[in-house]
Amino acid sequence: MSLRTLSYYWREALQSIARNSWLSAASVGTVAVSLLIVGIFALLVVNANEFTRGLESGLEVRVILRDGQSRENINKLQKEIERLPGVSLVEFVSKDQALEEMKRNLQNRREILEGLQNDNPLPDAFRIKAVQADQIPELAGRLERLNGVDQVIYGHGLVEKLVSATRWVRVAGTGILGILCLAAVFLISTTIRMSVFARRREIGIMVLLGATNWFVRFPYLLEGMILGFLGAVLAGLAVYAGYMSLANYIDQSLPFIHPVTDQRTIIMVLGGVLGTGLVIGALGSILSIRRFLKI
Amino acid sequence: MINFYNVTKLYPNGVKALNDVSLTINRGEFVFLVGPSGAGKTSLIKVLFREELPTRGQVLFNGKNIARLKGREIPYLRRKIGMVFQDFRLLPQKNVFENVAFAMEVTGASTREIKTRVPAVLERVGLLEKTRVFPSELSGGEQQRVCIARAIVNNPVVLIADEPTGNLDPDTAWGLMRLLEEINRSGTTVIMATHARDIVDAMKKRVVAMSGGRVTRDEEGGVYSNEP
Repeated sequence: MSLRTLSYYWREALQSIARNSWLSAASVGTVAVSLLIVGIFALLVVNANEFTRGLESGLEVRVILRDGQSRENINKLQKEIERLPGVSLVEFVSKDQALEEMKRNLQNRREILEGLQNDNPLPDAFRIKAVQADQIPELAGRLERLNGVDQVIYGHGLVEKLVSATRWVRVAGTGILGILCLAAVFLISTTIRMSVFARRREIGIMVLLGATNWFVRFPYLLEGMILGFLGAVLAGLAVYAGYMSLANYIDQSLPFIHPVTDQRTIIMVLGGVLGTGLVIGALGSILSIRRFLKI
Repeated sequence: MINFYNVTKLYPNGVKALNDVSLTINRGEFVFLVGPSGAGKTSLIKVLFREELPTRGQVLFNGKNIARLKGREIPYLRRKIGMVFQDFRLLPQKNVFENVAFAMEVTGASTREIKTRVPAVLERVGLLEKTRVFPSELSGGEQQRVCIARAIVNNPVVLIADEPTGNLDPDTAWGLMRLLEEINRSGTTVIMATHARDIVDAMKKRVVAMSGGRVTRDEEGGVYSNEP
């Protein structure tokens, strides 16, 4: 491709953006709004994922053992549990250890526990961590069936809710994103169709002079991609500025929530926004020039 | 170089524009295509240019069946055929230079090639001093010359002109014919559809007469019409 051809493509694309400036501005606006929401959702999902991961790592299963098990039995049980799928950590907590822990937790009110030393009501137990939170309910079922197990305790319901909430955010987000992107594609394709229509005579002559389809198509493709990219840049800037100040605010006022602000994630989200803008623009223009090239 | 074998073109509205036409045109020939309006001259050109596909029969260009060309090969066929359109088809918002340069831009030529080639071609058609003028400010004859310049700028093997002298005064028309003859002498095959009896009679070239979609006469050094 010669330098002249390249500059021809750019000239044509920029000229036609200028000629249909209002429609171009409208397409840029639609892309910007759509991608703004895309960006917000992406960050929401990233944060939700991070938040759940934090919660998941805190989730544990407690297996309460029947009283009066022999040391041997307990060791056998521990081996069995370790072999179950999805188990990442097994820790035995004896009655005595449990009492010690409770004392530690109660600190200056430990006199409540006075007198329990000789008649410890707390059971022996295993503390188990799962590889993934959504495996916990199934794992709990398996643990209950083991010999010598009295009771299995885990954040019943909470885990399921957490998992389904994250899934819901993802599904709804994707649906809304899809619709918005379609709207943006449609508007860009209308804009491009206008500029193709304004120059259909010229296109006809080009084709008869022996222009390849790509030569005819490229300026319009470029036009669409420029519009998509401009919209994406606007959206990216808004998302970045808005999110950073919000994250900053949350970080300071709600110390137990830490929004994701590491550079890699932010760059990935912004890069995704820009890429989507380009794809939307290209798709919109390809849709509208196809039928003008049947000569 | 150009072979028509039993070509028939039937339009969807039932009009038989070409009826079993067989014709061979060799490299370097100068051929007049004559006949009344609706005789099939324009359809013949359209089929050769791959604007239309023949309903039956074959059209070969340099031995290749042009109906079999793939979509992406068609532009390269058209670059070998310079077209002078009946209605000029110049771009009104581009000046003379840009109109001619456009034909080169379309093929991906470089700026340097365009800057040397376009003025040379404009000089050849006698429009060097009108380089920056827009088509609307030109006379019909001048517009036709721009069209010819655009058609030959890419060194085509064939130049097809449809009624190029139709709205030119006799002097200008003869000037244009001298131009076409000179282009032909430099090796380009010229096919010209025309109604200009005096020109055809005076030039003593090959004449292909058409009527009702058929070739009715094909003679070397012929005249426009055998009827008085």
